[in-house]
Parts: sequence; structure tokens; C-alpha cells
Amino acid sequence: MNKISHLVGCFFLMILHSLAHGSLDTIIIDQGQDDPVRIAVVPFKMDSGLSDQINLSEIIAFDLVRSGQFQPLPTANMLSYPSNAGGVFFRDWRILKTDYLLIGNASLSIDDKVSVLFELYDVINERKIETRRFSVDLVHWRDVAHKVSDLVYERVTGIRGAFSTQIMYVLAKNSGTSKATYSLQIADSDGERTRTLIESAEPILSASWSPDGNRVAYVTFETGRPSIVIEEVDGSDRKRITNFRGINGSPVFSPDGGSLALVLSRDGDPEIFIMDLETKVLRRVTRHHAIDTEPSWSPDGKSIIFTSDRGGRPQIYRVELATNFIERLTFVGDYNARARLLPDGRHLVFVHRKDGVFHIAWQDLERDNLQVLTETALDESPSLAPNGTMLIYATQNQGRGILAVVSIDGRVKYRLPSSLGDVREPAWSPFNDGFKKW
Amino acid sequence: MQNELHPRLRLMVALFVGLFLFVGCSSTSQEPVQQQEPVEDPAPPTQPKAKAPVDFAPGGLDPIDSRGRPISRTFYFEYDKAVLSESDLSALELHAKILRRNSGRSLVIEGHCDERGTREYNLALGEQRANAVRSFLRSAGASSRQLETVSYGEEQPADPGHNEGSWSRNRRAVLSYR
Repeated sequence: MNKISHLVGCFFLMILHSLAHGSLDTIIIDQGQDDPVRIAVVPFKMDSGLSDQINLSEIIAFDLVRSGQFQPLPTANMLSYPSNAGGVFFRDWRILKTDYLLIGNASLSIDDKVSVLFELYDVINERKIETRRFSVDLVHWRDVAHKVSDLVYERVTGIRGAFSTQIMYVLAKNSGTSKATYSLQIADSDGERTRTLIESAEPILSASWSPDGNRVAYVTFETGRPSIVIEEVDGSDRKRITNFRGINGSPVFSPDGGSLALVLSRDGDPEIFIMDLETKVLRRVTRHHAIDTEPSWSPDGKSIIFTSDRGGRPQIYRVELATNFIERLTFVGDYNARARLLPDGRHLVFVHRKDGVFHIAWQDLERDNLQVLTETALDESPSLAPNGTMLIYATQNQGRGILAVVSIDGRVKYRLPSSLGDVREPAWSPFNDGFKKW
Repeated sequence: MQNELHPRLRLMVALFVGLFLFVGCSSTSQEPVQQQEPVEDPAPPTQPKAKAPVDFAPGGLDPIDSRGRPISRTFYFEYDKAVLSESDLSALELHAKILRRNSGRSLVIEGHCDERGTREYNLALGEQRANAVRSFLRSAGASSRQLETVSYGEEQPADPGHNEGSWSRNRRAVLSYR
């Protein structure tokens, strides 16, 4: 495997000051692809007064590095810094063994809007393959940087980029003491622009996104017992939707956003239910005296996968909602739990115990082969990027809860620690269509 | 499921142990006997007079035994198991006795797990632990109205460490009187 951390050192220096205010620390890249695409992200030409406020090309380059599939050319090695087509000499970039070239400029209008133009070139074929102009309020300049990254990624790999997404996670401070606090945080996919959705002295867990990214569902113990709450991400509304005796857990929105799968133990033991969010009517899905929990929808919404110990040990099962037909999906190992299906509906990621240690594993449901993706211990809560290329999960590092990301092929790895406390239960948001707040 | 049979078997043992303890206490206790007014005691036969009652310490929250010692309110479990330990049954029997004597009082049974395993599965496991305590207390005469269970899974460790010692302190059920 190609260790690329030394290559990105220069980017770390540039982004360090900008990350200092977020509650996640600087990302640590551990591992990238063997043969990354070589790209030159030329520093964008800025209006005077703008360059000390925004750093578009650094954010873009770091997005691309983080994907593990790109190797940006260090700025110091560049022979020129073009900002428009007239300044591009393909021969110079070929000498530097660059496959792609990204240039751009940004200007500031009197009403504090920033206008950004970028151009992406295929160096080998000497042609412009993408160009776009964006105009946003200056405070949203980071959205533009991630949007450019998305477009570059999609143009080069053919897969939709997921840099303009967000990550929700639980931050626990002073865990295991009487001063413990729990909060639900939302950050950009690079750990920046963190904000607190809710904070409590009682545990918060199992947060998940609605498919449109506008709402989240989670479990809170704020009343002294668990209950499920649905909250608007902009903070405009908050509703407690279950408050039954026993467990109220694992809320997960259906792909159409109209229903919520959840777990209730009001009938004696944990069972999977589906709530119609319009009528609030509950439908019980499982009927077994064993533990049934951790539901998750298939991408077509026609079945639910879940964890059950009905076979004696926790394993992953699938129930077809039209027929209630139940089949077991995992057979390797004695602890497989909290599964999520990839967007293709064919591959599964889940928590897998091997030799007493918990890892994230991946399984092809058609070929039944299991692959362990992570090497650390106490790995849990895998959550997929909406384009299915990577997953974020919770693990521990030196006794502290941190977040980590691994590509589905296991080749790309990076970590998002926090110096504020234990971070855990990450949930990757769906795609953001368009720009928020524009 | 073996988890459902097991506590029941233990319960029978426990009932015997509890009865034995009770007899033992009332016959050998050297605590001063509380003098009652010479009124005919209308107590039902299921509530025999104890020379030194197990009850609450002044303040009403901490249960004490007939010698005035606090009765344990925390009970530990083995990894991945929700079976009561034999050695905890006598203390649980005393809690049942206190609940029988104080029918207006109730208690919350919290179930907890160590950090290994997934969070929602641990909520279920923690609930099984709380339920093991609950069904023991019920069978020993406490009313279901007096018993509430809450599982915290692995969310509220008693010990924040990440080793076997910490884990064993975190796999627990905790009783708190209301």
C-alpha cells in the first residue's frame, strides 16, 4: 500500500488554522490508492482582500487527497499558476506527469457575494472537460469548494462525488463520570464547520438522516427513559414520536422518507416495527422472543435487514416486507451486527467479531464472501457515503473514541479524532442536491 | 432460550436461600426489638413479624439489612450474559422483602453493558439484565407496579476504562428506590 501522508503534509499546514475552531481535529490520512490520479490544483486567483478569507484550492485539493484516488501536485513544484485558459501550457503539465489540471478564480462583489469560476483540463488530450461558475454569499464559500471537488471527482472517476455532504456524530464528554454530557454534532464531510444540534446530560444515540437530509431521528434519554425524537436539521421543529415502556431504539428512515423503522420492547422483548410518519400507525415486523434490533432498509424499501440472536448468537437477517419471509444473511463468525446495505443492494457492511475483536466487515450477498475492512479494535457503527465508495465508523485510539473512514475496497484510510471528547456513531448524510441556503 | 430457563431455576434455589436467610435472621438477630403498642397486629400471614426489619435507612433511599448494613444495589454479569449470579440472590431477596413491606415504594432497575458489541444490541442485552432482576423480584413477591426497568446499554459506564477490569464493573444492573 502506498503511504501518502508525507505528500499531503503541505496541505495540513495550510488547513491547520482553519480547522482549529471545529470540534474535530485535523484529519490524519493513513493510506491511499496504489496508483492515484495525478492532478494539479492551481491556487485560484483571488480579488484583493479575498485571499486572506478563503482558500478554495486547498480545500479542493484536500478533498481529493482524502478520497485516496487523487495525488495533487505540491504547489511548490508547479512551473506556472494559470487562472484562465490563456495561461495553460499543456507541455509544462505533461513534464510534471500531471493527468488533470484544475484552475480558477474568485471575485468579490459589493454585496459580499463571491463569484467562483473553475476549469478542469484533461492534460493528455489537451482539452477542457468541465467548467462552471458559482455565485454565493461569502459565508458559504466552503460549499463551493466541495461542489468543485464533487464535479472533478465525478468527471474523472465517473462516480458522483460526496464531498458536499455532512457527517453527524455523538460527542461524549467526561464519559463514565457524573459530569458526563452528550451532544449531537453535524460537520462538513471534512470535519469543518461543526455545529451542535442538541446537548444533554443524558445519553443520545442512534442518530440517522432522513433521505432528503432535512431531518434527523435519534434516541434520547432526556426524560430518564429512552424515546425517539425527530428533529429538523435547521432546528425549526422537534417532535417526540415514541415514548413506550422499554426500549425505543434504532430509528431509520425509509428510502422514501415516509416511514421509520425502529425497535420497541413494549411487548416484552425487542422487536422491529415500522411507523408510518403521517398517520403514526405502527406495524410490527418481527415476532420472536429473541433480540431483534438494528433495522436498516434495502435501497428499494422492500425489505429490512436486522440483527437477531434467534439462532443463539447475533447474526444479520433480512425480512421481505410484503411476505414477512425471513432469511439469514451472515454465517461466518459468532457476532455479526448493525448491518447497512450498499446503494447497489447487493453488498453489506456490518460489525464482525473475529477472535474476540470487533471490526467492520463487508460481504457480497451473491457470492457470500466476507472481507474484514478494518484492523483496529472496538470498531462499530459503519455508515456509508451516499455514493457507496467509503464508509465512516467509530473506533478507539489511545483509549479515546474517534471516527475513521475506510474505502469499500479497504485501500484508503483516514481518521477524524477530536480533542474535545469521545466521538462516535457517525452517520454520513445523503447527497445535498444543490447548495444549501442559496 | 436458555436465558429464560436459567433464572427460573436459580430463582427456586434463591427462594430456598431467601427463606433460610429469613429464618436465620429472625432467630439469631441480636438487634434490639422495636417495641410496638400492644395492639393486635392485623398483618396478613405472608408478612410475619421480623425482630429487626430490613428497611430503609433514615432518608428513605438506602436499604439496610437487619444489622443496619447497606444492602448491595449493584449486581454484576458475565460478558454477553444476562444471568443473575448465585451470590447476588440473597441481597436481591432482601430487596424483595423491603418492597413487600413497603408496597407504596417502587424501584428502577437499570441494565448496563460493557462497551464491546454494538450499541443497540447492548441496549437489548442491558434490558435482559434488568429483566432478570425484575423477574426475580417479582417471583419473590414484589409487585410489578413497584418495578420499572431502563436499559442504558453501554452508554453510561461506571468505569471509563477500556480493559477487562473496567468492563467487569460496567456489566451491571443497578437498583434505585424512588
